[in-house]
Amino acid sequence: MMKPQISPKPLIFEISRPGRCAVTLPELDVPPAELPQELLRDDLPLPEVSEVDLIRHYTRLSQMNYGVDTGFYPLGSCTMKYNPKINEEMARLTGFVHLHPYQDERTVQGALALIYFLQEFLKVIGGFAAVSLQPAAGAHGELTGVLMMRAWQCDRGQSHRDVILVPDSAHGTNPATTTMSGLKVVEIPSDNRGNVDLKALEAACREYSDRLVGMMLTNPNTLGLFDEHLEEITALIHEHGGLMYGDGANMNALLGIARPGDLGFDVLHYNLHKTFSTPHGGGGPGSGPVGVSAALADFLPSPIVAVDPQRATEDSPFFTFYYPPKSIGRVKAFYGHFGIMVRAYTYIRMMGPEGLRQVAEDAVLNANYLKSRIQHVYHVPYNRTCMHEFVCEGRFPDAPNVRALDISKRLIDYGFHPPTNYFPLIVHEALMIEPTETESKDTLDAFADALLRIAEEARTNPQLLHEAPHNAPVRRLDEVRAAKELILRYQR
Amino acid sequence: MSFIPHSDEDRKAMLEAIGVRSVKELFQDVPERVRFPDLDLPPALSEMEVRWELENLASANFTTAEGPCFLGAGAYRHYVPAVVDAVLRRGEFYTAYTPYQPEVSQGTLQAIFEYQTMICELTGMEVSNASHYDGATATAEAVITAINVHRLKRRKILLSPWVHPEYRAVVRTYTQGMGLNILGDTGDGSPPVTDLVDEETACLIVQYPDFLGRIEDLSPYAEAAHRAGALLVVVADPIALGMLKPPGAFGADIVVGEGQSLGAGLNFGGPYLGFFATRMEHVRRMAGRLVGQTVDAEGKRGFVLTLSTREQHIRREKATSNICTNQGLVALAAAVYMAALGRCGMRRVAELCYHKAHYAADRIDRLDEYTVLREKPFFKEFVVRCPKPVKEINDYLLDEWGIIGGYDLGRDYPHLQNHMLVCVTEMNPREEIDMLVEALQEAV
Repeated sequence: MMKPQISPKPLIFEISRPGRCAVTLPELDVPPAELPQELLRDDLPLPEVSEVDLIRHYTRLSQMNYGVDTGFYPLGSCTMKYNPKINEEMARLTGFVHLHPYQDERTVQGALALIYFLQEFLKVIGGFAAVSLQPAAGAHGELTGVLMMRAWQCDRGQSHRDVILVPDSAHGTNPATTTMSGLKVVEIPSDNRGNVDLKALEAACREYSDRLVGMMLTNPNTLGLFDEHLEEITALIHEHGGLMYGDGANMNALLGIARPGDLGFDVLHYNLHKTFSTPHGGGGPGSGPVGVSAALADFLPSPIVAVDPQRATEDSPFFTFYYPPKSIGRVKAFYGHFGIMVRAYTYIRMMGPEGLRQVAEDAVLNANYLKSRIQHVYHVPYNRTCMHEFVCEGRFPDAPNVRALDISKRLIDYGFHPPTNYFPLIVHEALMIEPTETESKDTLDAFADALLRIAEEARTNPQLLHEAPHNAPVRRLDEVRAAKELILRYQR
Repeated sequence: MSFIPHSDEDRKAMLEAIGVRSVKELFQDVPERVRFPDLDLPPALSEMEVRWELENLASANFTTAEGPCFLGAGAYRHYVPAVVDAVLRRGEFYTAYTPYQPEVSQGTLQAIFEYQTMICELTGMEVSNASHYDGATATAEAVITAINVHRLKRRKILLSPWVHPEYRAVVRTYTQGMGLNILGDTGDGSPPVTDLVDEETACLIVQYPDFLGRIEDLSPYAEAAHRAGALLVVVADPIALGMLKPPGAFGADIVVGEGQSLGAGLNFGGPYLGFFATRMEHVRRMAGRLVGQTVDAEGKRGFVLTLSTREQHIRREKATSNICTNQGLVALAAAVYMAALGRCGMRRVAELCYHKAHYAADRIDRLDEYTVLREKPFFKEFVVRCPKPVKEINDYLLDEWGIIGGYDLGRDYPHLQNHMLVCVTEMNPREEIDMLVEALQEAV
């Protein structure tokens, strides 16, 4: 439960006092050099705080936050599963933390081995021929993937192709990525079962046949549904010379259930910070590796890690950086979020193949169970067996002024993090709920009970919802005012 | 099973409530042909066994903690105070998502608001976003911002050759579909990139200190860019800004950089931190998350994500960028780092680097076979002309002395074969520097 007694606290600048410093530094042990006076700054007005005040400041801030370690966090499409503590310890091993990215390959064989084997694991899990771990997050993986699709089309003399098909249920990153890649978005509607509308897709494929770069598809989609026509969709796109991009945000439903490569996807990004238990960090760092079919392997961002048979010894292989011949280039400096890779590697090794399938099965079981507990009260517009998440409407015919946002804020009072609101856009007052496999039946029941109670309150005491949260560190915040006043930094 | 709480009874009860007999029935939409593949992965390990395996991998590395290190070139070994990790390890911070629900995310939001303020102070700019993936991607996003500021009418991007080679590569990767003309960074820097600025130029990008460690007055770059109506983008080292005039004071329009030095550690290249700051007039064109101050229903101060009408989840194909997840926790580390060191400490770290680097340069320059290029002032990195290939010297330093030598500039600059970029920070005590000098002498 949130602690109501905690009030917003001063900014770190407001507890600053001249002369304080939380760190001691060594004395200079060499003769001082002459400073370039004309290039020196006059002052640097950063906070001046003691160590204890600093720690108390951030501890209090942390207490105004809600994380998976605090409680149930059913944020749809975000896969807020538990983040194992062993992951954190392994990522902090001194043999990893203190490695410089430009060290001689001979001195970083352990790190390169880890990258190599994680590439291999992800190839197996997704059914792909090659993997790059360089992308820093899901959207970054999307950019990588779409640039590769574009490069592949150019390579076969199809540089005039400029259209990417995106369903109307897609994450906003899909159309945004398409634009960033210099391509055009054509939106495809959904049918009444929550699938891609096959007729509309056929029409679009015909209309844009000679312009088609490919299609971006999230499967299971953002309604939590496995598209019933997936094989027809991939066949259609391929027939028109396009490639299938898979948004792997919802990969948690597919571990050991189906491999996107087998389903006809040519490229897919994984979210290590969703599916593979690495923490979200309050908005990153994530990691968005990309897996591709054999046809696209030469286009991967460089470098990736390969084995060099010529430098192998009797005891061990030699790992080295490899630069794919038709690479789209680098998508970031160095090799990706190595610290996140260590966590994902640890997780995959602890789960093993059976464990990963159990993850998907229980994630899907939990979502269907939760849906079964509330669907008689919260309308589920595309109601069929869901995968790892489902979307219901946060509105009631007999409580017309209550909105999804009110329900979400009221959930905070009951000690839960709200679901994703107002997404996907094709559902009115959407509440997108993803419980993940790490939550027990007891937690799901408590959450369902809270949702049912809130539905009652919506009818009997709607004001309670409109004014929620009552039990959080702050009351409902004025977002309109923030956008109007634009106070984006502290001013003395 | 680790991390999954269900007993068989739980599962049975849940399946009954759903109305199916087995969990397999939930997957009937998955084409049967590909359903339930065997994953050829190694079998599961216990926590104890996984620890052994990871410790083995970690111990197969030789790290910068084990031998003197003089390698920089965009990733720097700076001291990370214990308070940084103490804060990062709080589960309320690291197990939270992006703060979409501000009432339960005030910790993250206030910390990022404070981070934004500190980045503004450091760079001398008016507004900072909540972060990018790293310095390279922040630079690429600055290019896109500059293009948008000019409403896509200017297509020329000028890059100084002394911007980090990987940042320049990332700019090219990001913009390969945008039809831009990216110039200025081939060759050895003559004629100067400022000569190429014209009415087609969207932005001029320089690095400060530059990739070779040199520092100079940026005013001529600002004047050249502004005369043609172009933006000046400065890629800055935040540690150097502890003592150097901020880019904003020279007239920079966008300041980006790698924030790894601010408490993130080396971590073999990531996760790091891209910072991005600009002027208020460009705030609606910038990418990334932005935290703003507001009030709650009772009039108390609070913080929210704001101006999300720029972002992908609202604007979709018209967004300023596709960025979503960024580097929240690393930005928090940077905030804790800057607050811990504070006004005096940041300056002191910068000066320690400066004096030690100059001591090292003076001593190396006195060796007969080596020359330090010092036609311009430098900060914590400097270029040494070596009597033989850098790789040979570095192999010798590593194999015979256990020293991690400098960066081989010949990798990126053909005219700088046999030139080593040496980096010295507060983490190199005098004895290490003296040892390097001795080893270099012996290497000949």
